[in-house]
Amino acid sequence: MDFDLSKAQKLLQQSARDFFARECKPERVRALMATDTAFDAELWQAMADQGFTGLIIPEEYGGLGLSLVDLIAVAEEMGRACLPGPFLSTLWAASLIQHAGNEGQRKQYLEPISAGELKATVALLEESADWNPDAVELRAEKDGKEYRLRGAKHFVTDAGIADLIIVVARGDEGLVLLPVEKGATGLTITATPGIDATRKLCTVEFDNVAVPEANALAFTTKTKAALESATDIANVALCAEMLGGMQWTLETTVEYAKTRQQFGKPIGIYQAVQHQCADMFNLTESARSAVYNAAWAVSENEPTAKLAVSVAKGFCSDAAREVGNRGVQIHGGIGFTWEHNIQLYYKRAKSSEIQFGDANYHREEIARRVIDETD
Amino acid sequence: MDLNLTSEQQQFRDELRAWLAANVPPPFAGSTNEEEKGEHFEYLRRWQRKVFDAGWAGISWPKEYGGRGAALIEQAILTEEWARAEAPQLINQLGLSLIGPTIIAVGTAEQKARFLPRILSCEEVWCQGFSEPNSGSDVASLATKATLDDDHFIVNGQKIWTSLAHVADWCLLLVRTDPNVPKHKGITALLVDMHSPGVDVRPLKQMNGDASFNEVFFDNVRVPVANVLGEINKGWSTAITTLMNERAHLGTGIYVAFKRNLDQLIAHARQMKRNGKPTAQDPVMRQKLAQAFMELEIFRLTNTRALSKMNNQHVPGPEGSILKIQWSEYNQRFQQIAMETLGPVAQLHGFDNGKWIYDFLRTRANTIEAGTSEIQRNIVAERVLGLPKSYQS
Repeated sequence: MDFDLSKAQKLLQQSARDFFARECKPERVRALMATDTAFDAELWQAMADQGFTGLIIPEEYGGLGLSLVDLIAVAEEMGRACLPGPFLSTLWAASLIQHAGNEGQRKQYLEPISAGELKATVALLEESADWNPDAVELRAEKDGKEYRLRGAKHFVTDAGIADLIIVVARGDEGLVLLPVEKGATGLTITATPGIDATRKLCTVEFDNVAVPEANALAFTTKTKAALESATDIANVALCAEMLGGMQWTLETTVEYAKTRQQFGKPIGIYQAVQHQCADMFNLTESARSAVYNAAWAVSENEPTAKLAVSVAKGFCSDAAREVGNRGVQIHGGIGFTWEHNIQLYYKRAKSSEIQFGDANYHREEIARRVIDETD
Repeated sequence: MDLNLTSEQQQFRDELRAWLAANVPPPFAGSTNEEEKGEHFEYLRRWQRKVFDAGWAGISWPKEYGGRGAALIEQAILTEEWARAEAPQLINQLGLSLIGPTIIAVGTAEQKARFLPRILSCEEVWCQGFSEPNSGSDVASLATKATLDDDHFIVNGQKIWTSLAHVADWCLLLVRTDPNVPKHKGITALLVDMHSPGVDVRPLKQMNGDASFNEVFFDNVRVPVANVLGEINKGWSTAITTLMNERAHLGTGIYVAFKRNLDQLIAHARQMKRNGKPTAQDPVMRQKLAQAFMELEIFRLTNTRALSKMNNQHVPGPEGSILKIQWSEYNQRFQQIAMETLGPVAQLHGFDNGKWIYDFLRTRANTIEAGTSEIQRNIVAERVLGLPKSYQS
């Protein structure tokens, strides 16, 4: 047993850290935040050249064919850099195509995703803002050999830059997964700016958008299972990103506590400050245990995988916010300014907390598995 | 990363699981609130003897001292299997996890031969005499003194918060042997026979009514010089060895008890009613129970991660330093959730033998004993995060 990243995974992580330190400096993050899509074509291509866009895509589709544990080593560094743009959205969509697509669809979409030529996202949430796929109501009406989509999706990440949106809709046969390409007739995308400008949210409206029946992913009853599996992967990657944000906040705050002087001494000598730093460390390392375990469980298809994901996201959701709270507090006035970078991480932690379900949502998931299902 | 067990580890687990299935005794019939006394103590002692006879006591000790030379991962597996089988804990825990390993590390050949087998078999129960009324977190300021008289030390003074002293046969005692040097340099560790004349153990009644700790008074107690553990005036380094072992052992055993409490609480929640429905279906209580599950699971994972690092790299990782904070503060939160889940009956001595109020009150000590939460946070801040030291030790 080895409950740690392997040597190779640590090397991969170090190279990712170096890459983002070079290519995704805070100035670039801030410049991208001010744009509509937070997308930087040059940065995206550089990430693709590193293999990041196809990290867990099988080699036959141009990816590196690595595991989710390898991916979290990199995702943690994306969180440390507060990387803007559609990485998570594209990962979510790619995982869905991998799980639900047929051979042709995988080839059609995964190859360009690996190459950095295609950005994608998944449209799941509706007005109910419920992460449970059972809550999906958007209609996919059959019209001959086509589906017709009518309605709206909300909180769709990166829809404004995505070349492909996979829409989770409800047909007569149950859930359907329909790929809709950018510029489709009847498709309207409206930006809905929110707390975190590094992750752009949109409302996507469908006015009788046509999708050929043959394009639908997963013509089986396994649609929901495929969606859940893909979401688990993206969720674990998100948790790893959150972990990276916590690690950055912890390190930055401890460094500040060592240098900032008050009453003639560094503030880090005072126990009121020390103990908050210790709490930040405790939360960060606890999150690390949960994230590593979830990545392993999902990657190995363990029977406990879904529970492990909910433990990780349930914990990270509260922990990332709390680490941010303490970090801002210890920074004092400067931590409350627009100028200091801690605000970027603080806002990112908040939007990440909500994405794929907050702690309340995942505690109920845990309750269903631990309290309701007896063995 | 690889969380799979090797085939040897699986074999170890299967063997242990089979043994536990066949040998775990029925739960103790009476109240377990009086933690280690009377019938309950005898029940636990018999259990450890059985565990010892089958070769499962002190598995991480070297083979030459009666252990199996097992790796820490096996120790972690043992813990999980113990929890799974709902097996009682081993009563001689201080001997097994702290004092035995310290004797192995710094003891003489005679001391090893004399003491180690009896720790494993529970023939002799051990306690640990570190804390004093005026030396809590600042243990090295201790005042219990020992003066040399030919080939004996004469010990005078008082210890406090001594778990198991009321049943212990032996004590690892820290005493001041040189008052004229800086405090860390005048301490000696002694192995003291608790049946010696002049040893007086007085139970210390706690807020929950039990007395699991004691005050121990030493009045001209004679201890042979041969019973010095380590070197004279080098007792602080012996104490550090003990405390390192405490950390190496991490959450072993604690998780077992906590998981059982949580399972028991969930079972109650399924049976009891609130607003005409099972309490387990109450949305607020579901949130709280799930939070407890999540925190306990993260404690288990962090513990396993720390063990894995120790096992593979032979140095404790920084995650080890947060385990004490995690389990003690978790347990306090859990006991509050338990009281809320069970509702008004939880406060009654007549419900579950008063287990829940007993535990609820007992957990107040969790953040004080074995290093207060404040000291633990100081340690994390200074030794892990590298912040400047806030006080002179």
